[in-house]
Amino acid sequence: MNEVLAWLTDGANWQGPDGIPVRTYEHLLYTFIALAAASLIAIPLGLWVGHTGRGRFLAVNLTGGLRAIPSLGLLFAAVMVLGGVVHGDAGIFVPAELVLTILAVPPILAGAYAGVEEVDAAARDAARGMGMTGTEVLWQVEVPCALPLISSGLRSAALQVVATATIAASVSLGGLGRFLIDGLGQLDYPQMAGGAVLVALLALIVDLSGAALQRVVVSPGLTGKTGPSFRFRPRRAPVRAT
Amino acid sequence: MQWILDHLDDIGYYAVQHAWLAGLPLILGLLIAIPLGWVARLNRGFYTPVVVGTGLLYTIPSLALFILMPLFVGTQILDPFNVVIAMTIYTVALLTRTVADGLAAVPESVVASASAMGLGRFRRLMTVELPLAVPVIAAGMRVAAVSNVSIVSVAALIGVPQLGSLFTDGFYRDFLDPIVAGIIACVLLALAFDIVIVLFARWLTPWRAA
Repeated sequence: MNEVLAWLTDGANWQGPDGIPVRTYEHLLYTFIALAAASLIAIPLGLWVGHTGRGRFLAVNLTGGLRAIPSLGLLFAAVMVLGGVVHGDAGIFVPAELVLTILAVPPILAGAYAGVEEVDAAARDAARGMGMTGTEVLWQVEVPCALPLISSGLRSAALQVVATATIAASVSLGGLGRFLIDGLGQLDYPQMAGGAVLVALLALIVDLSGAALQRVVVSPGLTGKTGPSFRFRPRRAPVRAT
Repeated sequence: MQWILDHLDDIGYYAVQHAWLAGLPLILGLLIAIPLGWVARLNRGFYTPVVVGTGLLYTIPSLALFILMPLFVGTQILDPFNVVIAMTIYTVALLTRTVADGLAAVPESVVASASAMGLGRFRRLMTVELPLAVPVIAAGMRVAAVSNVSIVSVAALIGVPQLGSLFTDGFYRDFLDPIVAGIIACVLLALAFDIVIVLFARWLTPWRAA
């Protein structure tokens, strides 16, 4: 325990291109890119599925089925297959980022379609009755009401990506996972445990920032803290595969 | 494909190890989550701290948790016991919320009738509330089972043998067949867990079949 603390507080580990700040930055960058790419695919798709009810069967099974595929196997297979096509450093970065994106899609997609689907039918009908068009109903009623679930889908995806980016160090990607994998390789327990503490903290901070952001963007009318509209709706627990 | 047929023995051995490492924590986790979920329901003020507290454990990435285990339990880094404890922690994190929500879904009138019949808290929980919460708990178990089977394969990186060993094996030898075999075996194992849970839940709730 003391050695782990010593590793964490050693100034030398906080400097240079393989220091803790650079590795943290890399980890956050991989996470951000994967989340952004996955959101671009999954949010429009999820909103469309939720709004029209079309493709629901496919979306449900896709999100459930992808979860059963072990991320480590997917990662190794992607690097081996694509590594022959993309050369150099990109031969690791591109397949790894692709896998991170693929793993982030199901939770975001599920959050988006379930969020829109579970909007109170009365609210939707009222909006229609006021003369709103389908698009107006989607953007002014369904999306705002779906924000809590969309946001919990994004948080779930963020946890999945942070965890998978950690194991991606085993295919020589950067990020905080380097300390865990290099520590294992060098039988340097303080380094791997120190890295593990940092990864756990990063995941916690990412999740709590997501929770804080959710409080800001979600309309107070939906949180149950105001007025009589309180309805007990259990928040979806995140599910991870890594 | 020939490789898979030639190594069915190895794959079978890894699959059995994998089933233990993913399945045992599922049962241990449920046994811990039931009292925790019950406590979360005792009082309105308990729900958030218990459910959020256990939920936060789930944010810890698996490789980090496997590596940190020796610090807390005093085991060796390669000990499979680390994986069992870590997976139990994840199962508790997922199921505590499920148990609490499942108990919350039992109709008030049923609970009141049970009390009126003279059932004490413990007997009411065991004979009325838990059986009625089985469908919700089983749904949570299915999610936890799939998640466990996937996460256990990460333990190959710390050298604990199970289906994930096929991934590291194949990767270090630059050979795709073991990786494909491992992925297929993991998906099949997850499916098998899923079927067992569904059948067991159906057996526990015969009144739902009607």
